[in-house]
Amino acid sequence: MEVTQEEFIKKEGGLPIIVKVLSFMLFMILVFTGISNLLPQVEGQAPKDVKVDLGALTMESYIAMGETLFSGKGTCTLCHNNMGRAPDIPVMDMEATAMERLKDPKYKGKAKDSESYFRESMMTPSEYIVAGFGKQGDTSTMPIINKAPIELTEVEMGAIVAYLQAKDGGQPTVELPTDSPAIEASPAASAEPPKPAENAQAVLTKNGCTACHAVLESPATIGPELKTVGSRLSREEIRQSIINPSAVIAEGFPPIMPPDFADKMMVKELEMVVDFLYASKGSAVDTGTEKTEAIEEAEKPAADAEIVDSSVADTMATDTPVEEQRKNKQDTIEQKGKE
Amino acid sequence: MLTYLFKPFANTQKGETKQPLLPVILLLLTILSVMLLTTELAWSSETASAVETADEISKSIKVAPKMGPSDYRQIGSVSSRAFVWVVAQLHLFLAAFVLAVPLFVTVIEWIGVKTGDQRYDDMAHEFMKVSMTAYSLTALFGGTLALSLFLLYPTFMAYMMEVFGSQVIVYAMLFFLESGVLYIYYYSWYALRYGNKKYVHLSLGVLLNGVGTTLLFVANAWATFMMAPSGVNEAGAVTGGIWEIMRGPLWNPLNLHRFVANIAFGGAVVGAYAGYKMLSARTMAQRAHYDWMGYTSNFIAVLAFLPLPFAGYWLMAEIYAYSQQMGITAMGGILAWLFIVQAVLIGTILLAANYYLWNGMSRCDGSKRYTWLIKYIAFTLVVSFLIWVTPHTLILTAKEIATLGGSHHPLLGPFGIMPAKNIAVNLMLIGTFLSFQLYRRSDKEITVAWAGFGNALMAAIYIVAIANVIFLGVYYGYFTNTVYKVGSSVAQVMSTLIVIVAGVTIDTLMFKGAKTLPVTWGKISNRGVYALFALPIAFTWLMALMGYVRSSVRTHWHVYTVIKDNSTDNFIPNIGYAANMMTVATVAFLILILFIFWVASLSETKQELPVNKNGNNS
Repeated sequence: MEVTQEEFIKKEGGLPIIVKVLSFMLFMILVFTGISNLLPQVEGQAPKDVKVDLGALTMESYIAMGETLFSGKGTCTLCHNNMGRAPDIPVMDMEATAMERLKDPKYKGKAKDSESYFRESMMTPSEYIVAGFGKQGDTSTMPIINKAPIELTEVEMGAIVAYLQAKDGGQPTVELPTDSPAIEASPAASAEPPKPAENAQAVLTKNGCTACHAVLESPATIGPELKTVGSRLSREEIRQSIINPSAVIAEGFPPIMPPDFADKMMVKELEMVVDFLYASKGSAVDTGTEKTEAIEEAEKPAADAEIVDSSVADTMATDTPVEEQRKNKQDTIEQKGKE
Repeated sequence: MLTYLFKPFANTQKGETKQPLLPVILLLLTILSVMLLTTELAWSSETASAVETADEISKSIKVAPKMGPSDYRQIGSVSSRAFVWVVAQLHLFLAAFVLAVPLFVTVIEWIGVKTGDQRYDDMAHEFMKVSMTAYSLTALFGGTLALSLFLLYPTFMAYMMEVFGSQVIVYAMLFFLESGVLYIYYYSWYALRYGNKKYVHLSLGVLLNGVGTTLLFVANAWATFMMAPSGVNEAGAVTGGIWEIMRGPLWNPLNLHRFVANIAFGGAVVGAYAGYKMLSARTMAQRAHYDWMGYTSNFIAVLAFLPLPFAGYWLMAEIYAYSQQMGITAMGGILAWLFIVQAVLIGTILLAANYYLWNGMSRCDGSKRYTWLIKYIAFTLVVSFLIWVTPHTLILTAKEIATLGGSHHPLLGPFGIMPAKNIAVNLMLIGTFLSFQLYRRSDKEITVAWAGFGNALMAAIYIVAIANVIFLGVYYGYFTNTVYKVGSSVAQVMSTLIVIVAGVTIDTLMFKGAKTLPVTWGKISNRGVYALFALPIAFTWLMALMGYVRSSVRTHWHVYTVIKDNSTDNFIPNIGYAANMMTVATVAFLILILFIFWVASLSETKQELPVNKNGNNS
């Protein structure tokens, strides 16, 4: 069919071509931007160096520190999970596994027990490659943990070893680091000591809790609602849910809570949030002008307190709640041992 | 051969065209020698130092600085990272464009010489005209970027200068050469248009591309050094020569990826130029000309785009080989969702490219033989796209999770992992090539005696390749150990490449002596032309997205494992913030491109001589 000029040449009137084209392009840009803004928003925080008072350190707090480091600064869970890239340590009995591997004829390392095996795995991971992992040439893909980019210190590696030994009910053989010098703070941390948030509401807002949880005036349903959490969980359970969210997953919810709040929150901030959530025991919430007692409590500024810089709440325990937690944890470990 | 080389010095008959290859070759060799000698002299001192032992060098050369708050500067309350991000991204957009255009312009110019069709030469010249303004803007943003880096990150830049030394001076000197050759190449277009002189002009084009590619490779070394440092020890002290510093494990993969991606990007941008000129054409001749230009641009963009996933795969494989942590951070950790956005963008590119090809088939009545296949290709593309964008972890409410019985969908969950996506992307590439192959066949009636056999062979190759891609993905992705997944994807890629190579080869042989059917350029719906606007937007935003990945995989390191980032911005920004930044850069680039196109059109505008009251020219 013959095509006439009039059928294709731009007609007079209507929007100019440039406007149509630009509108189309801007629309596409907005679509891409919109999709990106709808996805889960996660920031990748850098690990912060901590000051640890080794004199106040107990084995329970050392194990807890190791657990935090395992999913925090150590980035172990990046590979050690159920995705098949590395042995799924969180679900394995590591104490028993270590002893099995030491008996493997293919094992050529120098370790004699689980503690030395765990240390060897961190510092010379190619010494023994678990069957089904690694790459060609009998090389491990695991980084050397006490070197960059992870750079765990001797104290931190010891904490992780203690955690691995204790997590399935075993007794840690690691010695507490009583003689080691305090870990040096990073230059960024020491130059300007950060201040804790003013109150629990500020902490909850700052850390994005309202994005997933129904708390304060948020109706979010991605995670468990927190307006009545005090009637369901104890202080210790609430604290554990924040610093080690993968320890217990609420039924029916995905295991997607960020594991690095222990790195981001200060001790005082954590305790403010724990107190506030524990006080949230189930009052009906009006989203209008009335506020619940819990919200009013959250909005009160925290009492002046000594600024403490820490990424691991348990290791800086001086308050009664944390003392209770340590005692409860000891009870739990003993209970598990009996089981 | 020797006679051919020396022929220029013999007497020529009237009208006989000689090809003075020898002088051109000598010229090229001379220039290349000067370049190499210059760089060798500049680097010789660095090479000499490499002879020393590492310990001796560590004592004599500075180690990497441990940066603190005083090592970072800020302009008012503007985040330094945000400022450098936008400036750097704009520089990269423009640089990609100005490096890509001469690449395909030289090829188009050469095609014009071989076919004797003047239209190719005119189109090549028009593309170059568009890129000239872009070259100035690239330099402006490059200068701004350099100044802002030295101002805002002085300690970091001091270290980089310590590492790269006089290589940066070589980079600057190459710009003198690039500028000189570029201006001579463009402004001598009509002076060196025919006969022997045309080959001199082509040689200049080759030289321009050689210098441009060298510039790209030199600059890539800085980025790859920051991701995977080489030639330095654990403390950051330089222990190797400049070649060892540059040639890190990621350098060549990034070189290949950026080289090919630049061509695809450049083709898409000039395609938008052609599309706009076509829609605003006032005569059928103009419309036909720009329709043809748009088709050529789309052809360049898609042709370069097809191998890009393989280049990207090589880059990611090398990242994994260098550091599994870095690789998992990119694809399985905090940046995993980002690759779902990438899937949206690449899916957009492929759908737009195919849509343009399908609409373009209306130019020739011979396409009616093949239009029945389009719906199957479209179905395959859409289903593959949906599989590709399916995430592993779904965003669900508690009620939805309870209904599903978990956080992964029982049926769709398996589509969220890489084996499914490898199947999807390979099928999309095969489908796109099939669209292109059908378009090329539309205006031809094949006359070779073995046409039936050839078509049957082609069909068999498609069927076997598709079956192989699906089988490899399903079997090695879901029924064997994880370590076999990576290896099987190589075989999938080979299947796709075999389809492309076999298709081009078989068609080339089958088209010999084919009867050409009439093609009406300009006979394409306006709706189809909008695909030419979708492509550059998707490409541009995709480039910005990949830049965000490249920077973020370093996590809190300026130079991975060597210089820690201790600034207030030492965190990976969330994807929403990153998307907003990318949009700012993309919109700014869009404005710059409009300016570039306007300037190019302005050069064609001629004001009519004013006429006075008497009807005479003033």
